[in-house]
Amino acid sequence: MTWIEFVQIWIIAFFTISLFSFLYKDNPFYRIAEHIFAGLSAGYYVGLVWHAVILQQMINPMTEGGKWWLVIPGILGVLMFSRFTKKYHWVSRLPLAFVMGNTAGIFILSELHGKVIPQLRSTMLSLNPAQGLEGFLLALIITIGVISTLIYFYFSKEHKGTLGAIAKTGIWFIMISFGAHFGYTVMARISLLIGRILFLIDDWGGSIIWLFS
Amino acid sequence: MQPESVPVFRSERINALIIVLIFSAVILIYTRWARKGKKLFIRKINGLDEVEEAVGRATEMGKPVLFIPGISEIDEIETIAGISILGRVARVTAQYDTPLLVPVRYPMVLAAGQEVVEQAYMEVGKPDAYNKDIVRYVAGEQFAFTAHVNGLMMRERPATNIYMGAFYAESLLLAESGNIAGSIQIAGTAQPAQLPFFIAACDYTLMGEELYAASAYLSREPLLLGGLKGQDWMKVLFVILIVLGIVFVSFDIGDWYLSMFKAV
Repeated sequence: MTWIEFVQIWIIAFFTISLFSFLYKDNPFYRIAEHIFAGLSAGYYVGLVWHAVILQQMINPMTEGGKWWLVIPGILGVLMFSRFTKKYHWVSRLPLAFVMGNTAGIFILSELHGKVIPQLRSTMLSLNPAQGLEGFLLALIITIGVISTLIYFYFSKEHKGTLGAIAKTGIWFIMISFGAHFGYTVMARISLLIGRILFLIDDWGGSIIWLFS
Repeated sequence: MQPESVPVFRSERINALIIVLIFSAVILIYTRWARKGKKLFIRKINGLDEVEEAVGRATEMGKPVLFIPGISEIDEIETIAGISILGRVARVTAQYDTPLLVPVRYPMVLAAGQEVVEQAYMEVGKPDAYNKDIVRYVAGEQFAFTAHVNGLMMRERPATNIYMGAFYAESLLLAESGNIAGSIQIAGTAQPAQLPFFIAACDYTLMGEELYAASAYLSREPLLLGGLKGQDWMKVLFVILIVLGIVFVSFDIGDWYLSMFKAV
């Protein structure tokens, strides 16, 4: 281990323990870590946007590839700076409206082609008992699950009577799926925690032994 | 190498065009009815009824309301839904002079958030009470943002936390910190993997579609109500299409019908 590695490990360990200290309560060490983390990320993103967006996606394609039409999104971006003036701050609504309108429009097609239509087709499963018990039951569960969940999200009628019973079935399916998600994600988080604890034991603990040896 | 030319009209995507046309027509019809004064019924959505009550609680306690419009960019439809709900919440906080805190992760969300909050303060006749720092940029990195918001919760102790938008791995960190801070919490997201955490740690949770229905439910504006009714109509249509498809598949007929559901 070199002295540079030693310092790196101690800085990482300091921030790890400072952030973990939030489990006890908000304290000065947590605040130091929080503010450095937030400040670093803000600075990092300025650099990232400059290189990955402004240089790589606008200036370089314009100067090297002759894509001068990219000046249009560039102008839209510059219009955002009008927010700093009192008189013309309304101009910044133009690029905002452009982005939000585009988002909604693009989203309709991507959702239809990426999710709605494929899911409709995937739900159209054969309920013919001749296919065998396993296939039949699986198709039945998927059909009931999808239809009852869709009914749960139907807002135009009070969930009473038959509609209420179907919606209740839907919420059961939703909750079972949430339970599975919960378990899966908790396992993933535990593995992250194990990673941090192993770092503290192996790397940080190892650096302490190195220091005294 | 020359890029392949792309046709202006892609006939294999006609199924999407048909759905969009039906959807648009239904929304326009319902919007027209709503504008003419026809009463459009929407069932009670529990979490949304509590928004105003939760803001009232913050007013009584003299503590702020914390609103997070998700952690995604403005090009995410959930963020747009969150910003739309922020406008409604800001109107209530402006009416009651309740402090509002809106930390955001992206500059474009900052700009959109400031616009709707300023508009809300102007609509209730309190433009002077509006402060640009209500909506504030925190950090671009996901967990730097989360670390700051967690600290903010413990320091400011908001009476009410409202999370509306796209949330990811930070959902439980935020909701648990809010819980420890003793805040009433209302969450809404369409991220299936994060909903269980909000359900476990928040007082009320809007699931998926309920988030998109929220702005129409809260505002009762004809345009939004028309959209919500149109979505409901489409759900009924999809159920019918699924049932028809199941019948065709079960009897091994109607290949033409199934081919309509090819996504290219």
